[in-house]
Amino acid sequence: MKGYNFAYLDEQTKRMIRRALLKAVAIPGHQVPFGSREMPLPYGWGTGGIQVTAAILGADDVLKVIDQGADDTTNAVSIRRFFARTAGVRTTTATAEATVLQTRHRIPEKTLREDQIIVYQVPQPEPLWRLEPSRVETTRMHGLADYGLMHVKLYEDIARYGQISIAYDYPVMVNERYLMSPSPIPAFDNPKMDMMPALQLFGAGREKRIYAIPPWTRVRSLDFDDHPFRPINAAHPCGLCGATDAYLDEVVTDDRGGRLFVCSDTDHCADRRAAGHVGAQGLREAAE
Amino acid sequence: MMSALTPGFAEPVSGAQACFRLVLDAMARPGQVHALGGVAAPAPLCDAAAAVVLTLLDHETPLWLDPEAEAAKAWIAFHTGAPITVDPARSMFALALSQSVMESWHGLPPGTDEAPETSATVILQVVSLTTGTDFVLEGPGMRAPETLTVDGLPPDFAAIWRRNHAQYPRGIDLILCAGNQIAALPRSVAVRKG
Repeated sequence: MKGYNFAYLDEQTKRMIRRALLKAVAIPGHQVPFGSREMPLPYGWGTGGIQVTAAILGADDVLKVIDQGADDTTNAVSIRRFFARTAGVRTTTATAEATVLQTRHRIPEKTLREDQIIVYQVPQPEPLWRLEPSRVETTRMHGLADYGLMHVKLYEDIARYGQISIAYDYPVMVNERYLMSPSPIPAFDNPKMDMMPALQLFGAGREKRIYAIPPWTRVRSLDFDDHPFRPINAAHPCGLCGATDAYLDEVVTDDRGGRLFVCSDTDHCADRRAAGHVGAQGLREAAE
Repeated sequence: MMSALTPGFAEPVSGAQACFRLVLDAMARPGQVHALGGVAAPAPLCDAAAAVVLTLLDHETPLWLDPEAEAAKAWIAFHTGAPITVDPARSMFALALSQSVMESWHGLPPGTDEAPETSATVILQVVSLTTGTDFVLEGPGMRAPETLTVDGLPPDFAAIWRRNHAQYPRGIDLILCAGNQIAALPRSVAVRKG
């Protein structure tokens, strides 16, 4: 694109981000501060993820962007178009075709490969922020690996509600050293982070932090022996493709209590339907 | 004295990007050896070390330069603008040709418990990454222990690295360069002699 450097960011900014990324990879789960730049979209729209993607992207990369699992939502469409214009890279909606995947709040259902990199958009990188508002204090806690506060919160959840009441952004321990926010992905996706073959990078633009999980790294969702971690999902098959092992979105279909549960990962759902899988809604439509 | 400097990357943007992705992959998958290309390195640097310098250094990164690499000083200063410091404790990167940098890491900063990212990264030029002594690596980035073969590390490297790894999350990250090849050892990795 005329008037801009490749992938929008100037080279000095990319070098600064690249250095932060190398440190982040060397210290899995540790939040590395970086000089987050103003981007041509507001904070909260994925500025951290975009800056990380811009720093790693090359002309040969194939980019996929998802927002809550979908390729066709506003955030995903605009970020994909942003890089198509500023970097001229090929974009795709197929998980298997992509070399770099940027995501807001989901991990694709298809297992990622060693030659892929997934970039998460992170609103709040500090897993302890709801419990301890001071950055100085949480930094000290990370330094000392003192995560008692989080265990107390989980314990209090169990005492009050009989279960841990965190459905998304469920805290994880990375490499048994750092407590980390997995970004607001559903707890359902947490197990996919553990020993993932792909490199996982996290960018928080407003909070100016970058962190990472190298491939094949242990990621453990916090729990207790007598209250083991349990990923939550709607107790339905996908209405369109019939999948029972995919994360589902609930769609309100009318004003008489009608509900449709569909795969949140649109590419996964479309793939399954193309392969001949049909859900209850599909069968109903075929009968009409 | 004016001597002609050799050029940096032929295409600075794509050259630095391609090199960075290989360094990133080397750091994320310790034990993997990658081949870099595209730089005519100034003596006495190897091509890989020169490419890593061009990719990661700029005016924000104080560099401690091994006196043995003095001849490359003008090239580094011209292409990166990195301030070259004589005080290792103030450096963010160290470029070393000899193993002597590993004698108590020359006073390079290992970072702090609260800000382990403030440690120095050592770019060490070795003889070879295909022949030499085998080291077995274990840790994040590896599904099973990997073997890295290096010629040019001190005989007691496993013990030196054990002390570095024991400070985790503090510690030095090492980028090894030989010819046009690179490999990396992040501080998170445990090393023993193979």
